[in-house]
Amino acid sequence: MTALALCAASPAYAATHEIAAGDGAGQRLQEALILSEPGDEVVLGAGRFVLDDGLSLDVDNVTVRGAGMNATVLDFTGQKGAGEGLLVTSDKVTLRDFAVENPQGDGIKSKGADNIVYQRVRVTWTSGPKPTNGAYGIYPVESTGVLIAECEVSGASDAGIYVGQSRKITVRNSIARQNVAGIEIENSRDAIVERNMVTGNTGGILVFDLPNLPVMGGGNVLVRENLVSTNTTPNFAPKGNIVAGVPRGTGIMVMANEQVWVDNNTIVDNPTAAVMVVSYIKPFEDKRYNPYPREVVVADNQAYDNGQAPDLPGIAPVVQAFGGALPTLMWDGLQQDDDTPAVLASPEMPGWSLNLSKQGQSMAEARPGPLSVPAYGQPWNMEGIGAPKELEARLVS
Amino acid sequence: MIRSFVFGAALATAAAALAAAPDRGAVNDAVIAEAGLPRTLSEYGFFTDAAAQIPTARVTPYRLNTPLWSDGAEKLRFVYVPQGTQAKADGEGLIDLPVGAALIKTFAFQKDGKRRLIETRVLLHRADGWLALPYVWNDEQTEAKLAVAGARMPVTTPAGEAIDYRVPNKNQCKECHGLNGEVIPIGPKARNLSADWLDRFADAGMIDKVPAVANRIPMWEDRATVSVAAAARGYLEANCAHCHRPGATASNSGLDLRWEQSDPHAIGIMKHPVAAGRGAGNLLYDVVPGKPDQSILTYRMASSEAGVAMPELGKATVDHDGLEAVERWIAALPQMDAARADH
Repeated sequence: MTALALCAASPAYAATHEIAAGDGAGQRLQEALILSEPGDEVVLGAGRFVLDDGLSLDVDNVTVRGAGMNATVLDFTGQKGAGEGLLVTSDKVTLRDFAVENPQGDGIKSKGADNIVYQRVRVTWTSGPKPTNGAYGIYPVESTGVLIAECEVSGASDAGIYVGQSRKITVRNSIARQNVAGIEIENSRDAIVERNMVTGNTGGILVFDLPNLPVMGGGNVLVRENLVSTNTTPNFAPKGNIVAGVPRGTGIMVMANEQVWVDNNTIVDNPTAAVMVVSYIKPFEDKRYNPYPREVVVADNQAYDNGQAPDLPGIAPVVQAFGGALPTLMWDGLQQDDDTPAVLASPEMPGWSLNLSKQGQSMAEARPGPLSVPAYGQPWNMEGIGAPKELEARLVS
Repeated sequence: MIRSFVFGAALATAAAALAAAPDRGAVNDAVIAEAGLPRTLSEYGFFTDAAAQIPTARVTPYRLNTPLWSDGAEKLRFVYVPQGTQAKADGEGLIDLPVGAALIKTFAFQKDGKRRLIETRVLLHRADGWLALPYVWNDEQTEAKLAVAGARMPVTTPAGEAIDYRVPNKNQCKECHGLNGEVIPIGPKARNLSADWLDRFADAGMIDKVPAVANRIPMWEDRATVSVAAAARGYLEANCAHCHRPGATASNSGLDLRWEQSDPHAIGIMKHPVAAGRGAGNLLYDVVPGKPDQSILTYRMASSEAGVAMPELGKATVDHDGLEAVERWIAALPQMDAARADH
């Protein structure tokens, strides 16, 4: 009976490829990833897999799972080639219960890989924050349907969990610490970032839209119920990268997006600002690009002990004027037009504005003053935001 | 010098092959067409003498004007067009090869004064699309076997560097050959083939007509005499643009290094990196006109470190000739003010 039930539960052709750590593990694992068929599982044993090349998966509907995010470690410390530890380029892939350590470039990149689930996956650069670490830990890009749950990333020299140029995304119950950016949603739409612990980074949660990318027009992002605390690590990103400009001590930062709802987060001990809403600061020529935040709602969050040592040039007199700490919400004062408010917040929201007068101005041109933004109304229709249900169904307890 | 000698030799072989009478055996068309992964290179019958790389009838050697550099490996390229079929000219881009066609590329290095074949990569045009497979030669040079997971092996490059040469695995083939989710050839674009070769290919009936090419990529060995822009852009097309173009592996970078791309920002001029991480090397822009030492493009070309080096696959050492061509081009670009450049 049991055997029959098992058969009924999975396609008849599904196979399990078990790979143990030890000699030639990289070759055996890569072979299994190539020869697997849709529906198959690649099961990694407990132990340390010492790998000298990047791995890749290009078969749809394959599950790669280990014995746990601390028990099964893919160790890329001696990696000689490839731009990431594991590259996934196929759809409906599930990654679960293993770790990637010290990849020379990115940790796990999934590109054009629709409906992917990352569950209980850890990516760690083991020497802590260093500019020589790879850029992104968990890195889905150009994908529709992304669910990241119960994962953990530390040490990324750009963003720990980075979702770029994608749609229908959920990042939940994950830990991002000691990265430049903890979690970043970039040029993406329909995303939920919820119940994550984001601590010890330079900046906690970033929601960005940048010009000159194949996919632009980020928006419909819900950031709720996260713990964003003590993001005090000095910025260690290599220059040239956009996150190299993120001030140390930024809690939640929204740049040039449309409709972002920031609600019920606990934001503590971020020395620059709890919440920052700004326009894209650099010059650009991309006519498709809108550099302004539009309708970013900063609703009821628990924010305290933020803004006490801002990493902003010439800020000391402003801090003094506000009595020793900047208020919760910082806005650069720029918006697309009067009918399209950049920020909406409750009237009690403590905040301040740089009162810049045009896009591209620097801090030096700021005329700091109190915040005056409209109150928010009902949340917009959030149906269809977040990872599709089919992905949630793949999570195991 | 070595490179142009090799090209010269390849061209001579090409001429001989095109002129020869077609009674040199036959390729096994069924092996190309049928599902499955042939385990050995000999099953295809692409060569009458594989160790000497003597091709079977209708297997035509060719060279690219400016080729992809792979640690200085000698490359022997062949295109197979089955009897009763023809390739179609399709403008300046890839020649349109029929189902049943194949591209064959053998990589070789010198060892003890002799040519040692390392691997032969085949691209098979099957009814359901192109399939890329790598075959690794044995030490005896008698047979090449399928290596879906690739391999690593020690070789010494023409520059004298001892490297751990990487034969790509089947997925890595797709990293470079993938476009919009499909596997396609990269090399045989009409603009990167000589007019002379195309004439002879058409005369032999292998292609329906000679593709019209207005703006041909120069011969790499002529790089000192053609414009610095043509030399560098030809190099970037052949070495970078298979990934750095819309729809390909590095599309999300926004960098488009195709020969035909004319938008300065798209080819990296005063363009900020997107996801370069430490690969940016603390530099701000992909290409800073007049300043190769401040350009991420040349910084990454000059690296052999995983996570920084570009291209990510297919090389372990630095192509100093290629780097120099790109540096000369950047140095000759008119300088602009960084603040204005973004406009």
